[in-house]
Amino acid sequence: MGTIGTLLQALAFYMFAFVAVASAVMVISARNPVHSVLFLILAFFNSAGLFVLMGAEFLAMILVVVYVGAVAVLFMFVVMMLDINFVELRQGFLQYLPIGGLIGLVLLAELLVILGGWAFAPEATGSVAAPTPDATTNTHALGELIYTHYVYLFQSAGMVLLVAMIGAIILTHRNRAGVRRQSISKQLARRAEKTVEVRKVPTGKGI
Amino acid sequence: MAELWDGLIWPTAWIVIKIVGIVIPVMLFVAYLTYFERKVIGAIHLRKGPNVVGPFGLLQPIADGIKLFLKETIIPASANRGVFIIAPCVTFILALVAWAVIPFDHGMVLADINVGILFLFAISSLGVYGILMAGWASNSRYAFLGALRSAAQMVSYEVSMGFIIITVLLCVGSLNLSDIVMAQKNIWFVVPLFPMAVIFFVSTLAETNRHPFDLPEAEAELVAGYNVEYSAMTFALFFLGEYANMILMAGMTSVLFLGGWLPPIDVLPFNWVPGPVWFALKIAFCLFIFIWVRATFPRYRYDQLMRLGWKVFLPISLAAVAIVAGILVAFDLTPVMG
Repeated sequence: MGTIGTLLQALAFYMFAFVAVASAVMVISARNPVHSVLFLILAFFNSAGLFVLMGAEFLAMILVVVYVGAVAVLFMFVVMMLDINFVELRQGFLQYLPIGGLIGLVLLAELLVILGGWAFAPEATGSVAAPTPDATTNTHALGELIYTHYVYLFQSAGMVLLVAMIGAIILTHRNRAGVRRQSISKQLARRAEKTVEVRKVPTGKGI
Repeated sequence: MAELWDGLIWPTAWIVIKIVGIVIPVMLFVAYLTYFERKVIGAIHLRKGPNVVGPFGLLQPIADGIKLFLKETIIPASANRGVFIIAPCVTFILALVAWAVIPFDHGMVLADINVGILFLFAISSLGVYGILMAGWASNSRYAFLGALRSAAQMVSYEVSMGFIIITVLLCVGSLNLSDIVMAQKNIWFVVPLFPMAVIFFVSTLAETNRHPFDLPEAEAELVAGYNVEYSAMTFALFFLGEYANMILMAGMTSVLFLGGWLPPIDVLPFNWVPGPVWFALKIAFCLFIFIWVRATFPRYRYDQLMRLGWKVFLPISLAAVAIVAGILVAFDLTPVMG
């Protein structure tokens, strides 16, 4: 490492950060919704790159697996299938601008508070509830936190998700009449003796 | 200047050399996989397979490559140009990027990262984008239907693949691919986790859109699926990406269940053979089964495919996670963190 190492790291950081911000801007300004989703994926990807630079490789990979590999695919599905009229959507832009801007401001203020706290009292990070141990990899550290220290919170989060999933299924599932469903167990339980019958058919008579 | 050379130029050049050293054998492997496939299927069908170009038809893949290279690339007028061109590149690049973490022998790996298996899983879950983008950008009904089918199929089978990987990881205690291989020093995981290995292999068939789950291409109903509008080099990139993905999945199966570069038994004639050779042999074995399956089984119907993924594989692999974890804890076999 040395000066060149830090220089490379800084270069990588600015590249990931710039592409992440630029693609995030493109997400809301692209005309075509599918392009928006593709830029969103690019933004996720670059955030994963930033996580790797911070040494949080587990979070980076999980970000790619969960957000890019699963969530964004569903976005893509919906956006491709829907016939969205974007001119119509754009008309509400000014109407929603105040509330969107407000949320943005709140987030910015919170970020500033965190950054400010870090700048004024760098030793404060040492007194968090569960400081990262030095020797373990961050996969072990995260596992320790989630599955040992905060296991009840983790379980209840899982329950909330399960309830949401069941709710979504109940809301969208409907049993339509007249649909012929395949029942594999029924098919496998059928025996030849019960379904096929061999008969002697006399010539010219029929059954 | 010396610092610049030692700190920047030489390491970069060395990495580039290593990358070329991995990519070229993979590309050759891909080219001869097509030959292997045609010959094996020919043998199963009692035909000869390619036998005209070169001795035993050995130059056939090269002739095919040159043909694809020299043809004209056509971009449909109604296609979404940018996405249309990016899609095959995405498929091809993703298929190659994953090789960065595959260990070919002890310490013989480009990037020996802590979360190697997660990296592989992440990259293979990205493969769906090349296909979705191609299907959408072609602006053609057949291509779009093929892409939708393929995306739904890949997302479904990824879930059970993830759980099976977790059962293996429970027995290893590390996400590093070299550690996974070394944990199989005494016994390959295919023996204690045999049902998981079978489900994993079938899932890789679905993940790579191979027979009997090749519904995205289903030539009888969808012409050729998502790549119907592609020609020449853009088609070749899809083709190469798909076959490189097959080899990658075979490699993943070998690393997770067949002991990677380890010889079957650690005795004299076997441990003379270098590790990469064993690894290549195991990959070739998995690929042979890929092709054998193609020649043997009829194509699944789409609803049956979804049923198999969600109602059969997912519950079994979910139960397996609980059972394997339970056994490991009950008999105090949990691997030591290291």
